[in-house]
Amino acid sequence: MLEDLFKVVKTRFNGKETDATVSVDTNIPENIMFKCPRCRATMFVDDYARNNKVCISCNYHGRLSARDRLKLTVDKGSFVEFDSDMISKNPIDFSGYEKKQEELRESTGLKDAVITGECSIRRIKAVIAIMDPSYMMASMGSVVGEKITRAIEIATEKKLPFIAFTASGGARMQEGTVSLMQMAKTSGAVARHNEAGQLYITVLTDPTTGGVTASFASLGDIIIAEPKALIGFAGRRVIEGTIKQRLPDDFQLAEFQMEKGFVDMIVERKKMRSVLSHLMILNNYRPEEI
Amino acid sequence: MDNYANTLTPWERLELIRNKARPTINDYIPMIFDEFYELHGDRLYGDDAAILGGLAMLDNRPVTVISHVKGRNINENKKCNFAMPHPEGYRKALRLARQAEKFHRPVICFIDTPGAFCGIEAEERGQGEAIARNICEFMTLKTPVISIVLGEAGSGGALAIGVCDEMAMLSNALYSVISPRGFASILWKDASREKDACNMMKITAEDMLRLGIAEYIINEPIGGAHTDLCKTAENIKEYLLNVTAEKSKKSIDVLLNERYTKFRKIGEFEEAQKSVLKD
Repeated sequence: MLEDLFKVVKTRFNGKETDATVSVDTNIPENIMFKCPRCRATMFVDDYARNNKVCISCNYHGRLSARDRLKLTVDKGSFVEFDSDMISKNPIDFSGYEKKQEELRESTGLKDAVITGECSIRRIKAVIAIMDPSYMMASMGSVVGEKITRAIEIATEKKLPFIAFTASGGARMQEGTVSLMQMAKTSGAVARHNEAGQLYITVLTDPTTGGVTASFASLGDIIIAEPKALIGFAGRRVIEGTIKQRLPDDFQLAEFQMEKGFVDMIVERKKMRSVLSHLMILNNYRPEEI
Repeated sequence: MDNYANTLTPWERLELIRNKARPTINDYIPMIFDEFYELHGDRLYGDDAAILGGLAMLDNRPVTVISHVKGRNINENKKCNFAMPHPEGYRKALRLARQAEKFHRPVICFIDTPGAFCGIEAEERGQGEAIARNICEFMTLKTPVISIVLGEAGSGGALAIGVCDEMAMLSNALYSVISPRGFASILWKDASREKDACNMMKITAEDMLRLGIAEYIINEPIGGAHTDLCKTAENIKEYLLNVTAEKSKKSIDVLLNERYTKFRKIGEFEEAQKSVLKD
């Protein structure tokens, strides 16, 4: 009782919407309510989805499927997908890996954790890669590594900018050391795209960690992050385990990374198309005539 | 060279390379190189004792040496942080690699780390960026780069000095995406299954050869490198003399194309029309 009262006072004090916040803390019906992992506010899933999965209360930019992200980012009808049928093998014979992949392909409609292709954004042509955290936490194995590398190589060949929306839990453990080598493969392709004088923009979305942070995600000419996205190399729990202390709440968030000098700018989802197109224009890429 | 099939299980090898008597880079340097001058610092933040770098003579050839540093007792390990580098360690490595490029010296990297350090300061100073930068820059470094795995090679911490023209492994060395303990804890939520993880992860020198990650195995004496340091050092030196001579003959363009291709072809996937396996 008393606790509830405090909760009411606290939420009012913070000027957040009260009704939903107060009552649902103990038992949130799934699929109806969304609880923000940053500010703990709860809201109707419909409202959250209508807001492009941005927390109504704290502006945390939540996880998006690659398809939803694509719709929000590229010009309608402009996307031509690359390598849509590529699937992974099982390089270290990890037991159950094939079966897990099959199930995931079924349930997510994806073949692996990234979609790549050519598109235009406000009529400017670009090659784009979008990672999807709903597929094995968008971990990077052979398929993610190969598709991203091919996409960058095409961008280099066609003299196009490359835009990567990253999200990843890191290297895909189930593919062993082969997954580690995808970091080298993708970074090598970035090096060549860079030498060819083309623009590379990375957009770090929640969460971008591990081997993806330690390879192509950190190599953009311009590094953008979405508000309150988790960005880091080592996982929070691993660090807490090492140092035996609790880390501050804002540790490894986009704002923290910008303060430390590893992110150029934080851009809201609704402005992303506009910012990306302007950055491309400022780097001498021109919109196609209609 | 003594040629024999290594019959040890991955777990036995892990125990062997974690043995306190296992030689470290500090044992090998005087036995492989004629002169060695250590160079300190990344010129940006500090000097990381987990990575050692410097100039050395390999017979008549000047080379740049970069290595993880393992200690053999608690005091040494405190100093070198159990061979787990911070970002400044990787940035020092990159600085010295760039210097080697300027003077066309081969770069020789010795890998011996459980992984990059996981801590607050490492994150604040950009552990991810530092590793990414090294991988990317080593890929286009205009001088030969050779890597040798001495013991454990773990995760991005190993790869940060592991992009090379040719990789060799000591016969008991292991190369993994994460330590077997970390693997067990992530995939099975049970770190105590370290041994199971180690035995199924495919991380031995033979596995690396098969997966196209390493090109050569340097034999250790039966019983492990520590049973005969001289012999092990001799085998390493013989390999290095051959490989540096071979790689130094190549034009930079050829070298860089081959380096790119070496990593480009690692990965196993299939496509609906055609099946592609390490083309």
